[in-house]
Amino acid sequence: MIRFEPSFFLERNREIDDVTLRAIAREVRKDILKMTSAVNSGHPGGSMSAADILVTLYYYKMRHNPENPKWEKRDRFVLSKGHSSPALYSVLARTGYFPIEKLKEFRVLEGDLQGHPSMLTTPGVEISTGSLGHGIGAAVGMALALKLDRSDSRVYCMIGDGEAQEGSVWESAMAASHYNLDNLCVILDNNNLQIDGPVDEVMSIYPTVEKWKAFGWHVIEINGHDFKEIKNALDEADTVKYKPTMIVARTVKGKGVSFMENRAEWHGKALPPDLLKEALKELGELS
Amino acid sequence: MEKVSLRDAYGDTLVELGKEDERIVVLDADLSGSTKTAKFAKVFPERFFNMGIAEINMMNVAAGLAVSGKIPFVSTFAIFGTGRAWEAVRQTICYPNLNVKVVCSHGGITVGEDGASHQALEDVSLMRSLPNMRVIVPADDIETRQVIRKVAYTEGPFYVRLSREKFPRIFDETYRFEVGKGHVLREGEDVTVISNGVMTHFALLAAEILEKEGISVEVIHMSTVKPVDVELVVDSALKTGAVVTAEEHSIIGGLGSAVAEVLVENCPVPLERLGTPDVFGLSGKGWDLLHYFGLDENGIIAKVKKVLERKK
Ligand SMILES: Cc1ncc(C[n+]2csc(CCOP(=O)(O)OP(=O)(O)O)c2C)c(N)n1
Ligand SMILES: [Mg+2]
Repeated sequence: MIRFEPSFFLERNREIDDVTLRAIAREVRKDILKMTSAVNSGHPGGSMSAADILVTLYYYKMRHNPENPKWEKRDRFVLSKGHSSPALYSVLARTGYFPIEKLKEFRVLEGDLQGHPSMLTTPGVEISTGSLGHGIGAAVGMALALKLDRSDSRVYCMIGDGEAQEGSVWESAMAASHYNLDNLCVILDNNNLQIDGPVDEVMSIYPTVEKWKAFGWHVIEINGHDFKEIKNALDEADTVKYKPTMIVARTVKGKGVSFMENRAEWHGKALPPDLLKEALKELGELS
Repeated sequence: MEKVSLRDAYGDTLVELGKEDERIVVLDADLSGSTKTAKFAKVFPERFFNMGIAEINMMNVAAGLAVSGKIPFVSTFAIFGTGRAWEAVRQTICYPNLNVKVVCSHGGITVGEDGASHQALEDVSLMRSLPNMRVIVPADDIETRQVIRKVAYTEGPFYVRLSREKFPRIFDETYRFEVGKGHVLREGEDVTVISNGVMTHFALLAAEILEKEGISVEVIHMSTVKPVDVELVVDSALKTGAVVTAEEHSIIGGLGSAVAEVLVENCPVPLERLGTPDVFGLSGKGWDLLHYFGLDENGIIAKVKKVLERKK
């Protein structure tokens, strides 16, 4: 298992190569599938599409302290698409916020890992989410507070492309650029799938780049599964002045398991035991 | 005991209604597979509108369709339809008293593993407080079919709360649902239990157990929370002299509150309310969560014993 001392995470832009990031992301994907299958519930698809970005944020980019989740100087991450909680919980466990064993409490009665992130029960969760379209607004509030406090901490937030249909997302977009929140970086997990089908068929959000630009954001388009591109985009966001940054990450729902990729049916359905075995094998699990 | 799906009953009834009446249109917010409006979408694609994950807009669009002579059924999960979109329902549907039917699945704690963010424990309360809105919480598939038919052809706004979990069947085909009328499922002398949704199943179980202990329970299924059946509540309360309410909802603002209002103003008798306390839900299996919160026959029996103590 790839493990770092908590002190490793205290400075941004860490030395960590793409091979290592990829290996960690593979472990995270296995966690996602095991966690959801264990309780036969939860959302594997969007967790898999978000995994590489979350791993890059927590292992390469963000300044944070797994031993002291409320460390004042930390960068914040808000999972606005809260249903991808398995990806977040796995990354929090693997970076040291709580023992890996705790992943067994996911969605279990009286467990600390609620179906959707709950800040009162899970260390490292900055705000409770689950109802789509709200987290990004809270991220704007955090970015405003950091400005007021003259802090150089940054706020990261991930939204879904289906989530981007919520009007509140655009209210947040407007506010973030109005207040020149250059300490805010939002990542759009653009897997082009939601529950009822492809985003462009259910309710198109396109053209995304032009929309966010028109709302006053600095927009970067990347492949959300290419660690080099993720790192570069996150670094570029650091340099932008007076504007929030939107990273439009083209991703694949179910990424990493061939029979799950680009299939809406695995949005909110866990793999049955036989398919779980097959999937874990694809992800390189021995035995 | 056969368990039946209320949301499947909804989807199937929508298809029947769609065949009968061209004015029926259906809107959903990216949950058509769960709410079962997908059944209607399959047969009548041109009269189905997926509005995406944008519940507030969906309510306003439904109002526009209604004011143009259509009969819109609007569906999503209960918390998003009644919570997220509450003020749109208030302003654009209830204030102009428009013919929109808000029918939501995933009411209550039996939403299960998704947890607090998705468990609507306040939906009945939220909808009950809106002028012109009528609120119905069916118990099984047979009642759901009748409720959906009835609201389709009764002018004005309705909120119908359905569940994710399957519920035990209560009724047979002889049952006749009427808006604003409670239904006496079992007559009794010592105490009245008024319930709806899945709690009616537990009320009947409790009544059976209590009968063996010599306690005679009257069970009233009160699917219409608004307008509540004042006459039936008063008549039964005067007869038994003690009332227990049971609902899969917060004790604040739902059936328990509606019954309390009636009793206080007409015939104050001891009342005990069973529901979720003033807290958020949590993740777990739907049925386990009912027991966790004491929303079962044992919870009702405890409340009955308490209210009988107070009646003495
Ligand atoms: C306000 C709200 N409406 C509906 C839902 C139910 N829901 C959960 S996930 C989801 C689809 C999300 O699609 P997307 O944002 O594209 O997520 P991803 O593809 O990344 O999983 C929906 C409709 C919700 N959680 N919140
Ligand atoms: Mg998506």
